[in-house]
Amino acid sequence: MSTESLPPISLSGKLKLWRAGLAALGYAAGFVVLLTVTFLLLGVAPKEGLVGLWTGAFGDAQSGRWYPISETLLETTPLLLTGLGVGVAWRTGLFSIGGEGQLLMGALAATALVKPLQNLPAPLVTLTMLITGTLAGAFWGLIAGWLKVRRNVQEVISTIMLNYLALSLVQYAVSIGGPLQEPNSPAMQSSAFPDSLLFARLLPQTLTDGIGTRLHSGVILAFLCVPVIAIFLHFTVSGFGMKVVGQNAEAARTARFDVDKLRLKAMAISGGLCGLAGVIQLLGVSGRLYSNFSPGWGFTAIPVALLGGLSPLGTLFSALFFGALTAGSGNLARFSGVSSVLISILQAVAVLAVVGIRAWRAKAKGGEAA
Amino acid sequence: MNSEIAAGILQSTLAMATPLLIAAQGETVVQKAGIVNVGLDGMMLVGAFAATLITRSTHSPLLGICAGAAAALCLALLAAGFTVKLSANQVVVGVVINLLAIGLTGTIYRKLFGVTGTSLITESLPKFANVTILTPFAIVLTFGVLWWLYRTRAGLELRACGEQPTAAEASGVSVPRTRLLAMLFGGLMAGVAGAFLSVGDGNTFVENMTDGRGFIALAIVTSGRWNPVGGLVAALVFGLAQALQFQGQALGLKLPYQIFVALPYLVTLCVLTLGSTRSLAPAALGRPYRKAS
Repeated sequence: MSTESLPPISLSGKLKLWRAGLAALGYAAGFVVLLTVTFLLLGVAPKEGLVGLWTGAFGDAQSGRWYPISETLLETTPLLLTGLGVGVAWRTGLFSIGGEGQLLMGALAATALVKPLQNLPAPLVTLTMLITGTLAGAFWGLIAGWLKVRRNVQEVISTIMLNYLALSLVQYAVSIGGPLQEPNSPAMQSSAFPDSLLFARLLPQTLTDGIGTRLHSGVILAFLCVPVIAIFLHFTVSGFGMKVVGQNAEAARTARFDVDKLRLKAMAISGGLCGLAGVIQLLGVSGRLYSNFSPGWGFTAIPVALLGGLSPLGTLFSALFFGALTAGSGNLARFSGVSSVLISILQAVAVLAVVGIRAWRAKAKGGEAA
Repeated sequence: MNSEIAAGILQSTLAMATPLLIAAQGETVVQKAGIVNVGLDGMMLVGAFAATLITRSTHSPLLGICAGAAAALCLALLAAGFTVKLSANQVVVGVVINLLAIGLTGTIYRKLFGVTGTSLITESLPKFANVTILTPFAIVLTFGVLWWLYRTRAGLELRACGEQPTAAEASGVSVPRTRLLAMLFGGLMAGVAGAFLSVGDGNTFVENMTDGRGFIALAIVTSGRWNPVGGLVAALVFGLAQALQFQGQALGLKLPYQIFVALPYLVTLCVLTLGSTRSLAPAALGRPYRKAS
């Protein structure tokens, strides 16, 4: 609950910052209240629940901080990339819910390369996988973009179909006897990739008393995408064009922006980021493709992007927030018996609160709601 | 193909198509009013869960279905508060409704029945000739919606809200009110469709049991080109495809079953791609309506 991106108000910069800070504080306080109420309803002592959530995400002095923080960052990574991707599309006024399918296509394409390229040097294969996965995601996004631009098919509808097509493709590929399935295995999964392809672990075990952490170098790649996308959106002609198209496509057309091209570009970038998320998850965490590869990152990306006000920096904070919630609730589930699906409720209510407040304020001002 | 297998396929096609059809007809009305309810799947899920809970305590699947419809109605009311009253983005609200439904049902389910899942088997609707009462209901619903949309004044007004909301408002129709009522109807139907899964055709609830059927219903509305009868055809196609997933092996088909999963989506995409570029979707679909003040 970090950034507050209301429609620009004519206030001096300092005052604006103040208001944003106050709003963030307000949201944070509201969130703690929400958590407390939820815990009370579930019969968990609120203090215990809050501490459990916090420890799971950020650790404590006693049991160490490196491991929980590394888990938070790990959970943040796929949400960050898909959130950035969804944000680019939505800024352009394309309400894509296709992040999930694009992520899966990225992972699928990358997995398909492992066997044919097995004789190449590992770093080259890893690089090829990253690029191919990104392109596959971009391609999947472009299909929806093309359908929108050329055939007037709503992206909400087409991306639903594309999600299911991607899921079916993945499930077929790793099904028993499928082209990518691990030979002679009863499981619906691909063969494990050779270790040489995987991202290196970042934290030495001495930091965590010998407990292996899963933080990998792909996380850095994901975080690097934040400034790259921010620069693209704020300092390039295309980025500016996308914003204009998103605010009013008709006006953009009148002002001689190539609306179709910008929409296609936005869908390609959006899909590419989601595809990249898939490959990074593949090479950093799972080390293989399997039938239920994504727990719905591509869908959670939408609340992430929204809470972040569709800006890259905002998305970074909201992805961290969601990542911390995920890591924290995992810990909570272990000791309090509160299931980890609880966070879906928290995420939903948090987003509803932000969306509701924004829409209400926009309505009060008579402007456009986010 | 022997007749036994054919009968089996027909039966499971109907069982698969029924909830899709019920949810899709509700969604047709919603979309005709100019709203996309992406939260359909979540509403179905909540309906399925509430139906199981009430059937378990009252031993009456009919009451269970009513409870399912009522629970989904509440969720629809919440969604409408945001999309209609606050003019919030419909896709956002829909996605959040789905999240909320997964969280609510999952949390309560695990709280009440534990992760291992103590038996949650309940009574289910009686079957006549292997179908429940909800299958004929779905067909009656289809023609009822068709008649209502195209042969009544209220139906005309509702369609006007989806095509030309400003003109509708100018001629005295309250767009927010019409859209709210449409959402509530969509919620009711989603609840019934969800309840069909848990206490109609099935006899238990499992987490996330809708398995994306709400999204399939959205696909059905689209590929049926916003026409209830088109929706009926599409629902049967999707139902058949789902039935073949399970019966394909009995038929000796050597095809991977994922083809049957994927085929209807592919067909829908092709219908959309090859269809006329003049979209048949309601013109104002997905656009929040604000009264000019």
